[in-house]
Amino acid sequence: MAADTETISYREAVRLALQEALRSDSRVFLMGEDVGHYGGCYAVSKGLLDEFGEQRVRDTPLSESGFVGAGVGAALGGMRPIVEVMTVNFSLLALDQIVNNAATIRHMSGGQFSVPLVIRMATGAGKQLAAQHSHSLECWYAHVPGLKVLAPATIADARYMLALALEDPDPVVIFEHVMLYNELAPPPVESDRLPMDKATLRRSGNDLTLITYGGSLPKVLQAAEQLSQSGIDAEVLDLRCLRPLDTTAIVASVARTHRVVIIDEGWRTGSLAGEISAIIMEQAFWELDAPVVRVCSKEVPIPYPEHLEQAVLPQPEDIVNAAKQLAGLA
Amino acid sequence: MTQPDKPHINRSHLIKLLQEMIRIRRFEERCAELYTQQKIRGFLHLYIGEEAIAVGCNQALEPEDALLCTYREHGHALARGLSMAAVMAEMYGKQSGCSGGRGGSMHLFDNSKRFYGGNAIVAGGLPLAVGLALADKMQQRNRITACFFGEGAAAEGEFHESLNLAALWKLPVLFICENNLYAMGTALSLSESEQDIYRKAEGYKIPSLAVDGMNVVAVEEAARNACTSIRTAGGPFFLECRTYRFRAHSMFDSQLYRDKAEIETWREKGPIVQLTNWLRDYHQLQDPELAEIEQVVEDEVEAAVVTAENADFEKVATLTRDVYTGGSS
Repeated sequence: MAADTETISYREAVRLALQEALRSDSRVFLMGEDVGHYGGCYAVSKGLLDEFGEQRVRDTPLSESGFVGAGVGAALGGMRPIVEVMTVNFSLLALDQIVNNAATIRHMSGGQFSVPLVIRMATGAGKQLAAQHSHSLECWYAHVPGLKVLAPATIADARYMLALALEDPDPVVIFEHVMLYNELAPPPVESDRLPMDKATLRRSGNDLTLITYGGSLPKVLQAAEQLSQSGIDAEVLDLRCLRPLDTTAIVASVARTHRVVIIDEGWRTGSLAGEISAIIMEQAFWELDAPVVRVCSKEVPIPYPEHLEQAVLPQPEDIVNAAKQLAGLA
Repeated sequence: MTQPDKPHINRSHLIKLLQEMIRIRRFEERCAELYTQQKIRGFLHLYIGEEAIAVGCNQALEPEDALLCTYREHGHALARGLSMAAVMAEMYGKQSGCSGGRGGSMHLFDNSKRFYGGNAIVAGGLPLAVGLALADKMQQRNRITACFFGEGAAAEGEFHESLNLAALWKLPVLFICENNLYAMGTALSLSESEQDIYRKAEGYKIPSLAVDGMNVVAVEEAARNACTSIRTAGGPFFLECRTYRFRAHSMFDSQLYRDKAEIETWREKGPIVQLTNWLRDYHQLQDPELAEIEQVVEDEVEAAVVTAENADFEKVATLTRDVYTGGSS
């Protein structure tokens, strides 16, 4: 496994972003389970304890509600905490603090207090971690006014979105898909830095639009490549920010291609894919040449065996098949 | 700072404490009336009977210290110095309220007083207190965060997580448990295996103490000692104040879970009657002076009501303001 100096991993990109944040602002600190001595459950924060010390790279007990709430309080107290929750499933233990406090304090106080808190967490399936470590619940957080929700799907976004989240005066939840951590790309440069709340085209095309976010993006790009070999020119829109949604970009793409497949690792019922579909119906109904199609996870808790886990998740072939049907080529 | 601060047991200070408690009592009695007139809606949780805790503890806190409270926080807000007019306007949901009308009775906030709200999730404020204290410690500010909660909070996980964090990180948090014996309608004996709440703090190596929460002087002394301990030793302190709620949990509560005799027994040792009788016994308070205090308070309450009545409601056009900072979306 020779290290390629011309590429960095998603994991390293997040680490660089954390390092830059900790270096540039003394108010920033990282807190969470095993972020310090262990180096992060997914090795994201490895080495940061040595550089910044125990005060600023702070190991916490297994008290999700306690330390996420402490993050809210520290943000109220003038700090810029970055709280890492090991996985989205564990974040359910902190839902009270995120939904009842972080998202509401500005509103309940009549605008007197902002909560400049960043919460990072791993999400998604693919590592055979079964039904309590693998879910995609981004949609739950995207439902809540007062929160902003990010899903960096590329190494460049992993590198630059954290700083944007820290600049934001309100609570921002960042989802890092577990299957992205080992992805490699050339080191991003400043010009790769996109605005926080804008969707972006990862591939331009004329025949149909594939809308996705987070861990599904590599699969969608792979599907788009296969589709091009079948003569279908697919556009790929990466949402990047799940709240607020960039409806302008969604509608603009639909207006160009008139056909849409939404790929979402969340369960179909009550999904972001459903929300996006409704937005398209409301705002771009007359642009559509065919009904919107959704490719989502099957509605079961994520199973342990690899073949069953993969059967749950949206796969490139599912996306290709859905797109071909939509284009009338299946 | 090394010597425990003594409470100021002189006449003028005791009169001040009495007046503060009467102020809270009369404000809330008026709120109850206004509730029956449907001027105040939603939930209304009265602090009547428990005033000695907010008043006593506030004597020990400095302007730069922070406070977090529960949904039963009218008394703490008034004791902290939020204007009665702003609190009453908030009860009405008016724009001039201390939370712009958005919070209501359960969510009083005031940035200028470092008053971080009434929190309506039991134990939900404790982690915030830990975080505020952590921010102070990391920024080397010598401030205390005072966190009030009921004994019902002791059953919540956030209570234990917060005590552990505050002790582990040696944070300047004053935990104040207002033990009024009932979590809504469930008696302490039906919900806790260890009913001496302060003893739970011992498990986290937090110095702790139980005090008569009906005696404002005792509460003040305990709070001053607690604050001295926090400011000198650096870690948290846990104060359990034993008290009793004279009125229903909220205006919807028919109080089937306790008998009237019990309430009467507690009323006889209420914080206001206790201090009034003590002052009278020692010839420190004459009827005309008490009448004058009552009059001053009544005038303030009525002025607050008039202000709230005349204040404007927020226009619906600005409904989505303050969801995010600096705009609507």
